Amino acid sequence: MIPAQFDYLAPTSVEEAVAALGEHGDDAKILAGGQSLLPVLRMRLNAPEVVIDLGRIESLRGVREEGDVLVIGAMTQHSVVASDPLVEEHALLIHKAVQHLADAQIRHRGTFGGALAHADPAGDMGAPALALGAEFVIAGPGGTRTVAADDFFVDLFETAIGEDEILTEIRVPKHTGWGAHYEKFVRVAHQWPIVAVAAAVRTSGGTIEEARVGLTNMGSTPLRARGVEAALAGQPATDEAVREAASGAAEGTNPPSDLNGDADYRRHLAGVLTRRAVLAAAGA
Amino acid sequence: MTATQERPTAEIGKDRRRKEDQRLITGRTRWTDNLTLPGMLHLAMVRSPFAHAEITSIDVSAAKDAPNVVDVLTGADFGEELGVCINAWPITPDQVTPVHSPMPADRVAFAGEIVAVVIARSQAEARDAAELVDVEYDELPAALDLRAAVEDGAPLAHPDLGTNKSALWVFDSKEAGTGGDVEEAIAKARTDGVVIEREFRQQRLIPAFMEPRSVVVDPTGEQLTMWSATQIPHILRFALAATTGVPESKIRVIAPDVGGGFGGKLQAAPEEWITWAVGRRLGKPVKYTETRSESLMSAHHGRDQWQKLTLSADKDGTVTGFKVDLLADLGAYVAIVGGGVPVLGAFMFNAIYKFPTYRFSCQTVLTNKTWTDAYRGAGRPEATFAIERMMDELAAELGRDPLEVREQNWIKHEEFPFTTVAGLEYDSGNYEAATAKAREMFGYDELRAEQKRRRESGDRVQLGIGVSTFTEMCGLAPSRVLGSLDYGAGGWEHASVRMLATGKVEVITGASAHGQGHETAFSQIVADRLGVAFEDVEVLHGDTQVAAKGLDTYGSRSLVVGGEALVRAADKVVEKAKPVAAHMLEASVDDIEFSSGRFSVRGTDQGVAIGEIATAVFTAHDLPDGMEPSLDSDATYDPVNFNYPHGTHLCAMEVDTETGGVKMRKYACVDDIGTVINPLIVSGQVHGGLVQGIAQALWEEAVYDDSGTLVSGSFVDYLLPTAADTISFDVDHTSTPATTNSLGTKGVGEAGTIASTPAVVNAVVDAVRHLGVADVQMPCTPERVWKAINGAAGAGAAPTEGAAMPHFDDGVPNQAPGATGEGDTL
Repeated sequence: MIPAQFDYLAPTSVEEAVAALGEHGDDAKILAGGQSLLPVLRMRLNAPEVVIDLGRIESLRGVREEGDVLVIGAMTQHSVVASDPLVEEHALLIHKAVQHLADAQIRHRGTFGGALAHADPAGDMGAPALALGAEFVIAGPGGTRTVAADDFFVDLFETAIGEDEILTEIRVPKHTGWGAHYEKFVRVAHQWPIVAVAAAVRTSGGTIEEARVGLTNMGSTPLRARGVEAALAGQPATDEAVREAASGAAEGTNPPSDLNGDADYRRHLAGVLTRRAVLAAAGA
Repeated sequence: MTATQERPTAEIGKDRRRKEDQRLITGRTRWTDNLTLPGMLHLAMVRSPFAHAEITSIDVSAAKDAPNVVDVLTGADFGEELGVCINAWPITPDQVTPVHSPMPADRVAFAGEIVAVVIARSQAEARDAAELVDVEYDELPAALDLRAAVEDGAPLAHPDLGTNKSALWVFDSKEAGTGGDVEEAIAKARTDGVVIEREFRQQRLIPAFMEPRSVVVDPTGEQLTMWSATQIPHILRFALAATTGVPESKIRVIAPDVGGGFGGKLQAAPEEWITWAVGRRLGKPVKYTETRSESLMSAHHGRDQWQKLTLSADKDGTVTGFKVDLLADLGAYVAIVGGGVPVLGAFMFNAIYKFPTYRFSCQTVLTNKTWTDAYRGAGRPEATFAIERMMDELAAELGRDPLEVREQNWIKHEEFPFTTVAGLEYDSGNYEAATAKAREMFGYDELRAEQKRRRESGDRVQLGIGVSTFTEMCGLAPSRVLGSLDYGAGGWEHASVRMLATGKVEVITGASAHGQGHETAFSQIVADRLGVAFEDVEVLHGDTQVAAKGLDTYGSRSLVVGGEALVRAADKVVEKAKPVAAHMLEASVDDIEFSSGRFSVRGTDQGVAIGEIATAVFTAHDLPDGMEPSLDSDATYDPVNFNYPHGTHLCAMEVDTETGGVKMRKYACVDDIGTVINPLIVSGQVHGGLVQGIAQALWEEAVYDDSGTLVSGSFVDYLLPTAADTISFDVDHTSTPATTNSLGTKGVGEAGTIASTPAVVNAVVDAVRHLGVADVQMPCTPERVWKAINGAAGAGAAPTEGAAMPHFDDGVPNQAPGATGEGDTL
C-alpha cells in the first residue's frame, strides 16, 4: 500500500538532524531502519508531514570500546550487532538475543537504536539492554544527555527521548566473562516473542555470584526481574535452586492478553522461561 | 521418407523443471498489476469499519475535490449496471440467500464491505482521496458467533430475511438406500458397544495467496476486456454476462499469470464487478489492486465450522455408524460456491471405511463476517479431520493401536471398485500398501517405544504419534452429479491441439493455472502422446479468446479432467494424420502404425514424422482427396466419476508439558496418486499442501473481536509459517492407477492439505492423552495445550482472545514526552 505524501529529509550529521527535528516538531518522524515505521506509514496508521532519515549519518553506526563500556551506535544494524566480536565478548546477552530477532531481512535493515527508541514491549532488544544496565545517549538542541536504562523505558512505545531529541548511542557496561542466554517463546520463528527472558549470570565454581534478568512482553515496557536477581545471588546453579528463585519472575508484572495467550499464561511462561534462561546462561 | 529421427524418451515420469518458473519467480511477466493501458485510471475502495450498519449518508465532496480525482461513486450512483455477486450453488430449493450487491447503498453486512469507489489518475491520489470520503453509519447489532447466530433472538445478519439460517442439507444412508439407519446403530452401541461423541471446531482460515487480487478493465474495444488475478476466467465471463447485461460474446476475460489462489480466487468478487461497472461508466481503462490488509479482510475466508460427531462401534472395534451434524459459517453472503463447500465434504466423512450406516446434516448460517468459500480442500479437509480424529478417539477408547483399528474398518484392496455408504464408487486404491510403506519410513514401532519410555520416565517433553489415512474425491466433476446437486454449471473440461506449420505444437486448455505448473505437465503429456519434443509444445490458457471453452482450475481437476481432454484431443490429431501418412507413404491407412512421433507402414522401415505431416497439411499441396487441410483437434471431456487419491500420513509431535509448546519431530506420508506425470511438481504440491494443513493444525486462525473487526488482519497476527517453522518431510508414493482416465492419474493439489491436519492434532493429543487430554482445539496454540494439560476450564478449547499485539504505534508524536518514568516495576 502507498503511504500518504510526506517530505523526506536525509541529514548527514546529528546536529543537522536535531535542527530539522526542531523545525518540524511533531509533524516529523524519525526513520532509522524503517522496520516499524514503514508498515505504520503504509497502513496509514500515521501520516507525518516530514520523515527524517538518519541513514546517512555515518557517526551513528558501528560498535566501539571505551574502557569498561561498549558503545553501540544507534544506527547500527541488527545484523552488524549480531556478528560483532566485541558485542559477543563483552555483551554476550545482546549477541544471543539479536540472533533470533525477527528474520534475516529485518535484521539486515533494522537498527539497534531504532528498535530501542520504538520501545515495543515485545521487542527483543529492550530486556537485554535493561538487564545489562545500558545507558542511552540522547542528542537535543541543548547538546547531549545520558539516561539510565531504568529511566529510559516509560510506557508502551514511550521512552525518555524528548520530542526534539534523537537517540545517538547506547553505552553498555562490559559484562566480559558473564554467561548469557535469551529464552524466547514464539509460535512461528519470525514472530515477536509471546514472552522472552534475557538472563546474564556471573558464576564461580558452580555458584551464581550475580545475575541480571530482563523480561520481554510482560508489561508495557521491558522489565527487570530484580526479585529473581536477588534470589539467585549466591545460589548454586542447579535446577532446584534456580527453579525456586525463578518462580517469582512474574511478580509485579502486568502482561497483556492477546490472541497468543492470556496474562495468566504469560505469567506462567515467565517463570518457566526465567529458569531455563538462567540455567542456560550459567551453563548448567 | 526421411531417416529415422531420434525418438524422444518418455516425458511422463520425468523430473522436468517448470517451464513457467523463470518468469513467475523473477516477476518479469504479466501479473495483472503489471499491466498499464493508455489513459488508465486507478481505483481505491472505501470500506466499512463496522460489521453491521445502516449507511445514513455518504459525503464525497471533499474526495471529489482532491487532486486528479476523476469521480467518486457510491452504490446509489449505480443502478442495475452494477450487477450482483452470484451464488452458483443453492444447496437446497429453499435456501435463504441475501441479495449481494457489490456495493450496497443502504446497509453494510461485514467490516470491509465496499461503500464507495474513488477514481483518480494515480493509485496514490485515489488512496489519498479515499480517506476524504465521509460516511455516516448507524450501527446495528451484529451476528458474529456461529453457534449463537442460530439461537432464537440472535441478532440477524440480514434483518429483512428474518433468520440467520440459510439452508439445511441432509444425506441419510437409509433414505438414500446406500446403507442402514444410523440412529439404530447408535442406539445399539449405547447398550452393547462403544459410542464416541465429540465436537470439533474448524477455525476460520484465510487463503492468503501470494499475489493480492487485481483487476483491469478495458472498455475501449468492441469487446470489453477484463484482466483479473482469478482462478476462473471462464466462469467470470459467464457471470458478468448473466448479471450485468453485457452479451457474453462482447466479453473477454483474461487471467494472465496469477500468483496463487488456493480457492481464494475462485470467486465472483465485488471488486471485479465494481471495476467492471466503473470502466463501462467512464469508458476508460481502469485498474484496482487490493492491499494486503484489504485482501485479508475482504477476500473470502475458508472453513469455519462446528462439527458435532457421533461414532458407534461394536466392542471389537468394527464401526457401525457415523453421524455428522455441522454448523457452517457462510459469513455475510452466500458466495459463488458458498454452502456447497461443506456439501462437498458430505460424501467424505466415511472416508476409506466400510461403514454400514451414515447420516450427514449441515446447517449453513449467515453472520456479519467476511464471506466464506472454497479453500484448498474445500469440504474434504473438514471431513477428513472429523473422521480421522474420531478413529484415533475410538482406538484410544478401546486401548488399541490406531492403525490396527483403521485396518479393521477400511476397504481392502481386493474389494475395489467399492460403493460407499455415501453412494460414491471408489475405483481403485490400496490402503494396505500405502500404510505399510509409511509405517516403515516413519519408524512407527521405534517411535512408539520412545513414546513409552518418555511416558514412564515422566519426561518434560512427551511424544505423540498421529495417524491420518485419508482419501478424497477430486477431479471436479461429473456434470450429471453436479446437476443432481443443483450446482449451476457442468464439470467437463476442454482442450485443443494445434499442429503448427513449423512442427511446433500449440496446446490450449480450459484449465486456468495459477501456479500449478500446467505448462510443464501438459507439455510432458503431449510430448509423449504425439512424440514431439517437450520444448516444442506451448501451452496456452487463461484467455477466453484463446481458450474459448473451459471451466478453469479448482478441486484438483486440471490434470484428471483437463489432462484427459488433452489426451483425447491429441489422439484425434493422430487419427487425422493417419490418412495423410498413408497418402505420403503410398500405403493403406489400415497398415499405418503410430509410435513415438512416427507414422510407419507395418512391416516396413518406411515412415514419416508427425512434424512432416503437419507441414504437408499446412501447404495442402498434396493431400488425400476430400481431406480438410487441418490436423487441429478439440476434445471436451466430462468425467464419468470422481477421482480418489488416498494416502497414509504419520506425524510425531513433541509437546513441552511445561509450556504447552509443540514441535514437529517427524512427518512421513505415502500418497497414492496413480500415475505421476512430473515427480518434481508433485513433490512441490505435497510439501506445500502439507505445510498448509499443518498450519491449520498449529498456527492459522482468522480471529474477530466482539465488534466484528478482524483482529488477525495482518501477517503479524495471522500466523503463516515459513521454512524456519517446518521440518523435512519424508514423502513417497505408491501407485494404483486410476481406472477412470487414460493416464491413470489422480489429483494431488489438495491431498497434503486434506491429510495433514488431523495427523498433527492426533499427534498432539496422543502426546498428552495420558495426562487426561482428549482434545485440543485448533490451532493447537501452546496456551491451549498447556491449559488442556492443566485441566483449566474449557481445557484446550478456549476461544482465541480477540486482541492483537500492538506493534505499530499509531500515536502522532515522534517520541514520547521527555518525562522520566519507572524503568521497571520490580
